[in-house]
Amino acid sequence: MIVFDQVQKSYQVGGRAIPALHPTSMTIETGEVFGIVGHSGAGKSTLVRLINLLEPPTGGRILVDDENITDYDAAELRAFRRKVGMIFQHFNLLSSKTVADNIAFPMKLAGIYSRTEIRERVEELLARVSLTDHANKYPSQLSGGQKQRVGIARALACRPTILLCDEATSALDPQTTQSVLRLLADINRELGLTIVLITHEMDVVRRVCDRVAVMDAGEVVEMGAVSDVFLHPQHPTTRDFVFESENIDRDEMQEDLQKASGRILRLTFRGESTYKPLLGSVARESGVDFSILSGRIDHIKDTPYGQLTLSLVGGDLEVAMKALEAAEVHVEVVR
Amino acid sequence: MEALLSNVDWAEIGIASWDTLVMVGMSLLFSVLIGLPIGVLLFLFGKRQLLEQPVAYAVLSFVVNVLRSVPFIILLIVMIPFTVMLIGTSLGVAGAIPPLVAGGAPFFARLVETSLREVDRGIIEATQAMGANVRQIIFGALLPEALPGIIAGITVTAITLVSYAAMSGVIGGGGLGDLAIRFGYQRFQTDVMVITVALLVIFVQLLQMAGDRLVLYFSRK
Repeated sequence: MIVFDQVQKSYQVGGRAIPALHPTSMTIETGEVFGIVGHSGAGKSTLVRLINLLEPPTGGRILVDDENITDYDAAELRAFRRKVGMIFQHFNLLSSKTVADNIAFPMKLAGIYSRTEIRERVEELLARVSLTDHANKYPSQLSGGQKQRVGIARALACRPTILLCDEATSALDPQTTQSVLRLLADINRELGLTIVLITHEMDVVRRVCDRVAVMDAGEVVEMGAVSDVFLHPQHPTTRDFVFESENIDRDEMQEDLQKASGRILRLTFRGESTYKPLLGSVARESGVDFSILSGRIDHIKDTPYGQLTLSLVGGDLEVAMKALEAAEVHVEVVR
Repeated sequence: MEALLSNVDWAEIGIASWDTLVMVGMSLLFSVLIGLPIGVLLFLFGKRQLLEQPVAYAVLSFVVNVLRSVPFIILLIVMIPFTVMLIGTSLGVAGAIPPLVAGGAPFFARLVETSLREVDRGIIEATQAMGANVRQIIFGALLPEALPGIIAGITVTAITLVSYAAMSGVIGGGGLGDLAIRFGYQRFQTDVMVITVALLVIFVQLLQMAGDRLVLYFSRK
């Protein structure tokens, strides 16, 4: 469990303190995938670096498994960092070392593993990230996705309990992003390790995260379960991110709504109700005619969801609304 | 042909070539041994680096700059008393080595500093995140990553030392430069001058080729 207790960070620029993170309190549970989303400069990079103290905070306390890491001396901090793996946007592999040596590097630095232990662990990790055939290649001979998989294997070498991901998929193409995210999800499930992931893409959050914090101008403006934040965004910044990830042009959407007649409802289905033939039966029972203005059916992590915007004409609207709510569909009246 | 190279004493040329080789080799060895740690310190003490130390950086940087700004021919003369104190003579092959090192080490130190700065900061950050201490970051990440640049720096330093070594002929330093000055210049033996210059050119070419090959061998980028 990672607890932020009124943590803040500011940088001294020309004698003035420029805040990068306003006092923030939050808790990241053990074993969850926690996403931090925000535009560049929102402070998410700072936030993730506070967890392994690459950036020391200028105020507040950070507790990891009930220990105040901000009190650690240099040696304690180095020992702690071995239990926190980190992967990076630009991979940050050593170009002078082979794939196998890159993965072995943190174990060698730790100085507590025998040569046999290191060799066995490296082989195991190479198999884990499907790079066994590339063990003796140098990073420059690998593709971006392969480099990130080396990065992940390296981060896991000392069996950490926390994995920090700093824009880990931002330099990758969509397919590679998919496979890296799947790997992260597998690792989280199989090893039960806590993953803290920062990104500027809501889509990444939707695919792998359990909970998310949205950052704007050095502040966490919204936080909660991904399905809540994603389906019912409250803060304008969050809304921007969600619309952006769904390729929705908000002005265009407003125009479309203007043209539609009758009541406009936004229905949100989650889980099993996504697959039920609900709309037809509701229309028959209430005599309401509907047309679909926009919609999307997809997954949030492993949970299916659907979100439809409908316009309804005629019939008994009351009956229709009641029937929908009875079927555990979230109904929002847009107009 | 006989008449053309009538003044050239090939045995003498052989000895002088060997002397130049020894002077360059020995001074290069000491320049690297002294310059490398100074270069690493310059890097570490620099702004926003691992051991940022503005005062230490300023002092070290000043000393390096002073040694580098004194023209080598002057350094040769200024160093004479110090050289005598250190090895008993300021003449010959041995006497040329201390001033060569005084010229070569700070030069190499700057090249080391520059090539360390070229190492991606992300790699240093990643190594820190693994729980490495400063010593491990230097020897485990920084130096291996900067190795091609450092080897290129050794090549440039070696070539500079060849020309410095030739200059040391002025104060009786021995080697090809000494030959060129005593025979080629002072006795107007143009053929000796041509041969010594040609040998120096070949020597520099060989050094550059060897250096380039090593850089290529160690480059993984």
